[in-house]
Amino acid sequence: MKLELRFFASLREALGVGQESIEIPDSIHTIAELRVFLVQRGGAWAEVLADGKAMRCALNHHMVDTSTHLQEGAEVAFFPPVTGG
Amino acid sequence: MSNSVIRIQEQDFDLSAEIAALRKGDARVGAVVSFLGTVRDMNDGSQIKGMTLEHYPGMTEKSLQEILDQAATRWNIFQTLVIHRVGLLLPEDQIVLVAVTSAHRGEAFSACEFIMDYLKTAAPFWKKEDTPEGSRWVDARVTDEAAMTRWKKA
Repeated sequence: MKLELRFFASLREALGVGQESIEIPDSIHTIAELRVFLVQRGGAWAEVLADGKAMRCALNHHMVDTSTHLQEGAEVAFFPPVTGG
Repeated sequence: MSNSVIRIQEQDFDLSAEIAALRKGDARVGAVVSFLGTVRDMNDGSQIKGMTLEHYPGMTEKSLQEILDQAATRWNIFQTLVIHRVGLLLPEDQIVLVAVTSAHRGEAFSACEFIMDYLKTAAPFWKKEDTPEGSRWVDARVTDEAAMTRWKKA
């Protein structure tokens, strides 16, 4: 499955990447599984996306929880809790 | 359904001009409530020299539209406006304007507070503060989450 990944704020800075096109294995179905897949890259990925870190995610511009299923071509974003206003 | 305006911009805005434009030509309006958020020079014990606001283009507009639509479903309001600035801001600068019009004040007061509370927890903006000790990302506040949650009970 092909996905567009987006990272924002402190996550973007720590990872050194704001967006990335990625092809993921068929075994990955949910955002939680995607997160584990990215953690396996090690280094900053393992640190930043580790379990227990306060994080929000969005699928195609809608905030969702990590049990949400991925779709072909979807835009998946990871970011810290928002602080606007 | 009410009319809504959403703008994400770097440049400053004129509160009086925005409100005049919002209610122009609608004589049903008897109340305009607005909230203006500005940059403080202190936060969590540190002096703030400035801040940079980042957002998620595309999602920001959609999430704000959803918030305004919810407000319009919940209260009898006519027009809603959100202007949120991004980029570099300095102490005393205007950050955000929310304005709501209605026939009577009660609906506009409630809707304005609701929109602001939801914006704080659901709209993808992030602040990075510039302090004498260096720059730091602002942490989300538990009190903001609580302010949003109370609307779910009502």
